[in-house]
Formats: sequence, C-alpha cells, structure tokens
Amino acid sequence: MARVIVVTSGKGGVGKTTTSAAFAAGLALRGHKTVVIDFDVGLRNLDLVMGCERRVVFDFINVINGDANLNQALIKDKRNDNLFIFPTSQTRDKDALKRDGVERVLDELKKTFDYIICDSPAGIEHGAITALYFADSAIIVTNPEVSSVRDSDRIIGILSSRSRRAERNEPPVDIHLLLTRYDLDRVTRGEMLSVDDVKEILSIPLLGVIPESESVLRASNTGTPVVFDPDSPAGRAYVDAVARFLGEQREMRFVKPEKRGFFRVLFGRA
Amino acid sequence: MSLFSYLFTPRPKTAAIAKERLKIVLAHERAGRDAPDFLPRLQKELLAVVSRYVQINEDMIHVNLGRAGDTSLLEINIELAGAKAKDGLAPVS
Repeated sequence: MARVIVVTSGKGGVGKTTTSAAFAAGLALRGHKTVVIDFDVGLRNLDLVMGCERRVVFDFINVINGDANLNQALIKDKRNDNLFIFPTSQTRDKDALKRDGVERVLDELKKTFDYIICDSPAGIEHGAITALYFADSAIIVTNPEVSSVRDSDRIIGILSSRSRRAERNEPPVDIHLLLTRYDLDRVTRGEMLSVDDVKEILSIPLLGVIPESESVLRASNTGTPVVFDPDSPAGRAYVDAVARFLGEQREMRFVKPEKRGFFRVLFGRA
Repeated sequence: MSLFSYLFTPRPKTAAIAKERLKIVLAHERAGRDAPDFLPRLQKELLAVVSRYVQINEDMIHVNLGRAGDTSLLEINIELAGAKAKDGLAPVS
C-alpha cells in the first residue's frame, strides 16, 4: 500500500525542499518507486533542487484542472529509474490547489508508487494545510533554534487536529522529527539547543540529525539530491534517516564529538 | 575587561535559556490550542448578563479553561471591585 509522506515545518528556510529531495532520492536508491510533489504553488523550487528545471512542461495544477494527464507531467529522474518529480505551477492563484483535485491525483499516484513525498510550503495557510491533509506520515524538519522549534510544535498540533486521519478518527499520522543544520561544536559550547533538548520539548520520535554541512549548498548548486554525494556528512545522515524510516536500527551519527586524527586537526574539517 | 577575565570567564549557556523560554511559551500555547471555540462567546454572554445588574467592562471578565490533575477546570473570574450597581438596584458591597 502506497504511503503519503508530508515534509513540513511551519517555518521557512529550515530545509524542507532539501529534505524532500534527499528523502525521495534515498527511498528510490533503496528500490522503492517514489514520487516527490512540490506543493509550494507560485514558488516552484523542487525542480531546481532536483536538477530538472529545464524539463518542466506540465505541472500539478495542469493535472488537477485536467489540462494534462499524469504521464505528461511526471518527470523521470535521470539518475535513478525509481524516482519521479512532480513540479508545481508558478501561478499566483494560491487557491488553485483544490482539495478534491489533489485527492484525485494522489489516488492515481497510489496505484503505481510506493511512496509519495509531499514537499509543503512554509506557513500554515491553504497550501501547507493541503500538503499535510492526506498524509500517512509526517517528517517535521526543525532547526535547533527557538522560532523553528515553536513553529514545529504548531504544525504538530495542526497535524493531529486537521489532517484527514484526525478528521476521520483513523489512526493518527505518524510523526517524525528531523533535526537539520545541527552544529555539534556549538551544541558542545552550550550555544545551540541539543538534539535531546529538542526531543524533550517536542516529544516526537527522532528520525535523524543532519549536520550543518557545506555539501548541502554544493548539492543544490548543481541540482543533485545530497544523498547522491556519498562522501558528504549530510548525505550519509539522510541515508541513515531513510533506513530508520524503513524500520532499520541505525545509531545516530554527528551527535557526539568524534575523535579527530592528527591530520584532521591539522587540515581542518571535512 | 582585562584580557585575563575575557579569556577565563565562562560565557553564559544561551542554549539553556532558549530551552527554558521555549518550555514556558509552548506550555501556554498548547493549553490555548486545545481550548474549545465557544470560550469567547461564553465570555460575551456572561458579560451581557452581568451588565444587566452591574456596570462592568469587558476586561473585568476572564474565562479560562485549565486543568487540575485529571479534571478540566472552567475558571470564570468576574471583577466587581469598583463596579457600580445599575440604577434602582442595591449597591454592590
């Protein structure tokens, strides 16, 4: 049975699109047929992060309105056969994302895909609510910083009261915390909320910790999901998070100081 | 500040402050989030009833839904100090 996963946060700029791209690519690398949908109508960016911006012909809104069919709009990734990108529209009409239309498209996608990743826009307006409404699972992307944690708490509240599962009294959306832009050095100095602090405040299970890493910007510069860069700390952390999502046990990396070798100390960090 | 104290005075741990502030603000917001929508209407109607007898302002009535252990607590505070009785009624003591 296909699973709908929403990647959401409330706050903007915390790494939702990076996470959606990395998670979708990670699931595809594990052999699951996966589509990632951009719900940020008017501010299309997933196509850039996935590196397929020049291949967009039809979009989500075209399919909802019946102007194009799914096969015309879905973009097949060139790096992995299991991975598909569903770009959104650049229209300024935010209400173009009609709930019944979205439901129809999702039901259609469920017939062929194992996982449907919904990349939510920031905020708690129509677009964000539509992105989370049909979710079976949610990944809450949070930075170790006060405004991000507060907005995450807000969005968790909305998931448990306004999602379809909540409205229908079905088993609740299963919610996971993904802590991004984590800087262990600053945590050690007492300057940044620790992973345990955030877990304690939000009290949802932890899916992974993504370290602040230069590789994330490098990846978006070139339009490559960061999991395709196996040497990068962030890429490895996302691969681990995907494995945990699939039910595997993996120890958290980048949350304890690592012993640095002599050369590492001399020549700086990776 | 001397160089010595600059180097050796421990800096305050701001993460601990962040955690404390978040805990307080979220406890407050979570309580408000679960409040039923009828509270503002209840407050308005109470005000209407009470104003038939005494002159009071909106900010003299407070309606809150709280929690004491396992039971929900509907707390209604009406401030009467300084309130005047309406004409023809006995004064409020």
